[in-house]
Amino acid sequence: MPEQIEIRIDGKPLAVAAGTSVAAAIFLAGESCFRTSVTGEPRAALCGMGICFECRVTIDGVPHCRSCQILAQPGMEISTSR
Amino acid sequence: MKPDVAIVGAGPAGMAAAIRATAAGAQVVILDDSPGAGGQIWRGMEQTQNGRQAREWFHTFAALRSSVLNNCRVISASRAPLKLLAETPAHRVEISPRALILATGARELFLPFPGWTLPGVMGAGGLQAMAKSGLPIAGKRIVVAGSGPLLLAVGAYLKSHGAKVKLIAEQASRMAIARFAVHLITQPAKLAQAAGLQLGLRGVPYLQGCWVEEAFGDRRLQSVRIRRGVKTWTVDCDYAAIAYGLYPNAELALLLGCRMSGSCVAVDELQRASIENVYCAGESTGIGGVDLSLVEGEIAGYAATGETGRAHALFARRKRAQTFAEALNSAFALRPELRNLPRGDTFVCRCEDVTFKHLQQATSFRAAKLHTRCGMGPCQARVCGPATEFLFRWKSESVRPPLFPARLETLIEHKTEEQETLS
Repeated sequence: MPEQIEIRIDGKPLAVAAGTSVAAAIFLAGESCFRTSVTGEPRAALCGMGICFECRVTIDGVPHCRSCQILAQPGMEISTSR
Repeated sequence: MKPDVAIVGAGPAGMAAAIRATAAGAQVVILDDSPGAGGQIWRGMEQTQNGRQAREWFHTFAALRSSVLNNCRVISASRAPLKLLAETPAHRVEISPRALILATGARELFLPFPGWTLPGVMGAGGLQAMAKSGLPIAGKRIVVAGSGPLLLAVGAYLKSHGAKVKLIAEQASRMAIARFAVHLITQPAKLAQAAGLQLGLRGVPYLQGCWVEEAFGDRRLQSVRIRRGVKTWTVDCDYAAIAYGLYPNAELALLLGCRMSGSCVAVDELQRASIENVYCAGESTGIGGVDLSLVEGEIAGYAATGETGRAHALFARRKRAQTFAEALNSAFALRPELRNLPRGDTFVCRCEDVTFKHLQQATSFRAAKLHTRCGMGPCQARVCGPATEFLFRWKSESVRPPLFPARLETLIEHKTEEQETLS
């Protein structure tokens, strides 16, 4: 069993395995909308490799973070822009 | 930092280049956008190290005493003198190397179709990358579609991790695939790999001349409609993993002013780009797979450190890998019907939500940019650029810094120095 890390997504606590990306954690939390597009559509990770910017969320107050390229760290506060 | 060699990208090509350049005695710095080395094909394998080939390369790479900057993206670059401006989550990094090796790899080619912006529709390698980073896929119903041998590898990976892979839809014709299969016979290692995939995919339909024409769902994916010839049908799924092959990441090379050959960075036999002391290796010089990337990386690593004799010794190996790549690329050429997939209201540029209908009125990528903001969002046309290149035969080669959205501090300091040099 890999080490578990506690994070918060939109205020709700979640435990994920060490090495989990923030994008995977957001899906794990049951959330499928990472951001709202300029015309109001829900969007989620597309490329999974840091190219498309569809998975961007706010992490610890820093906006526009590509959640697929960032690993979850203990205590991380993540907010989607549903 | 003023290393002998800076390498951008720590996928197979970058790792191989780093290993050979270090062996030649050079001081090497490697910059990579991801949390760990391995690129896309070996993503997450630094820890697990499945597969003998990857294990050996990782082992040698880990033993290097060169600096590896993870989560580091290059924001800007200049050619005379060679200089890179990059940022990590915490720092601004400036590197003035004697030689620069670009090993920036490739991304997936996404083609727009109705519903492709729904959450749950991802790239093929994209979904695999997500699964490798902790996305649970066991029990999930997945449709894999698009083009290329990657679909088979992804399908097999997903299935081995407990996903219900409903089908693999390959747009290339049965005939084209059959011709490619014949070519495999001349490459025993590839044939074994293909046989292994076939075994791993037992029970999963692999349909050729077949593609996804629409995705449906309320705020997230619920089903896709598949077309094969005149027949269409709907398949319920949790995820769709769709990509139409790979497209070179050449933005940094373009910014430096390297000559291109089509969408790829043009290189000579020593992997030298058209700019002095700049080398390029791997998928950004042409899509050719991991074996070609490794040998190109090795050649670039030797060439960049003056070991041309050792580079020459690898030419035959590169030639074999190139022949295979050529057969592969012609077998999986994209069919023209895919240009008719988007409807008028289908978004082509996902950053700025620009529809197909709006783009149809433009005459070039530049005109589209000016009139619709197509390609002006955070991805900087990395998704819609290749898509419109296929849909409208446009070229989007004008690349400007910053290559990625960057922190203000990174840019401001850069500006100040530019002004200092000017005065």
